[in-house]
Amino acid sequence: MSDLLSLIIAKYNYWLYVILMMIGLYAMIAKNNLIKKIVGMNIFQTAIILFYVSIGYKTNATIPIIKSADTGHGMVVRAADYINPLTSCLMLTAIVVSVATFGFAMALTVRIYRRYQTLEEDELRMRLSE
Amino acid sequence: MKLLAFIVVSLTGALLLYGTAEFSDWGDPNSPASLHVSNYYIEKTYEETHAPNFVTAVVTDYRGFDTMFETAVIFCAGLGCFLLLRDFREKKEYFYRHIPTGVILHVKDGKKKITTGKEFEYMDKDWVPQDLINRTACRILIPFIQIYALYVVAHGDYSPGGGFQGGVIFGSSLILLAISYDLQTLVERIREKLLGILAATGVLIYAGIAAICMPMGGNFLDYGKLAPLLPAGSHVRALGMLGVEIGVGIAVMAIMVIIYINIVSVGRHDEGL
Amino acid sequence: MHWPIDLIVLTFVIFCAIAAISVKDLLSTAILFSAYSFLMCLLWTVMGAVDVAFTEASVGAGVSTVFFVAAIFRTSRRTKD
Repeated sequence: MSDLLSLIIAKYNYWLYVILMMIGLYAMIAKNNLIKKIVGMNIFQTAIILFYVSIGYKTNATIPIIKSADTGHGMVVRAADYINPLTSCLMLTAIVVSVATFGFAMALTVRIYRRYQTLEEDELRMRLSE
Repeated sequence: MKLLAFIVVSLTGALLLYGTAEFSDWGDPNSPASLHVSNYYIEKTYEETHAPNFVTAVVTDYRGFDTMFETAVIFCAGLGCFLLLRDFREKKEYFYRHIPTGVILHVKDGKKKITTGKEFEYMDKDWVPQDLINRTACRILIPFIQIYALYVVAHGDYSPGGGFQGGVIFGSSLILLAISYDLQTLVERIREKLLGILAATGVLIYAGIAAICMPMGGNFLDYGKLAPLLPAGSHVRALGMLGVEIGVGIAVMAIMVIIYINIVSVGRHDEGL
Repeated sequence: MHWPIDLIVLTFVIFCAIAAISVKDLLSTAILFSAYSFLMCLLWTVMGAVDVAFTEASVGAGVSTVFFVAAIFRTSRRTKD
């Protein structure tokens, strides 16, 4: 038991990220309203992005932009001084795709509401089967 | 249903946590994600591309193929919203309000919007009295927001920012115009056809700059071969990155406005928030 | 990076997320979602990923909230659960 506790304290951030992801997944499965499902999807996406960005962090390193004192010939850029830019770059694309999906999902819900006058999933199921 | 969802979620969470037990500590410089290619990116980016911001250099130059398709995804989302929601039926009834007395005229079978003089104003069906302070403050603020957006696009290589962020800020300044006045003001200033052309032009600029590299003797997206086209002595790859970011910014700006207009008026483009 | 900031902001983020999916009024969901997005932006700034934080600030706390409120304006504002 104390082994589990020390494991939790050492890796507390991973536990919190996984809890956030599971909140998003629960909202996508269990909620009835379509807009709540979309919010759950977006929470899931941002939690995954948070997880990835936190992997690229290095202690005692600075942001991935070269300080102006270094720009010149013969300067040495050490990799341990800057945080990992690759994870940030991949997650930029993920954020862009998430906002595109969110906008399109909102357009779909507006269209569904215009046709069926409801956004609750059980009522939609009843009206679809009629 | 909720109990089943809870069980599924707990199982998935337990599996994910079991997987993270083997991860290296947080902030470790020797974790596997920070060892192989990213060290090359950090050490060689300034020599090869002359752009101080590593993230922008990696996004638009080393992984430019991803960003091109990301722009295509944004374009498809805007196109999809337009195709789902746009309603081309003509509007039949118009409401006009006489400003001194507050009397409302309801025109039932109108064909076109009547141009009114100074005493009447055109109003939406769910009209609220508009605040003078609100409108004036937004009217003063919008040009500064647009200048800031252009600054963010232009300085993508030197500070956090880039094409996408600047495009979103520019688009949100136009959405601010639609919210503080009314939707008709935005639609009359910036027609739908212009927005469609701008969105397509943004993607075309990106793909065009990438494709021009091929006749000059390089691969697709190889900005180093663009040197004969640009003034002598300039950093060719940094200028290629700037051109590409301008394309992304234009496309994203147009698409944000298109999605907003179509959602808020359910495709009819007449009245909104 | 100081671990108290990280822990406190992460706790607020989890509270915002749980609250955003539990309230019955969709306008409150929109505002809580915007606050969640802004707290995520703070987390990423503290971790050093400034480009990602800039993008999330402009997209999540800006345009995404506007789309959400526009969609609620055209559909209903109440939900059953």
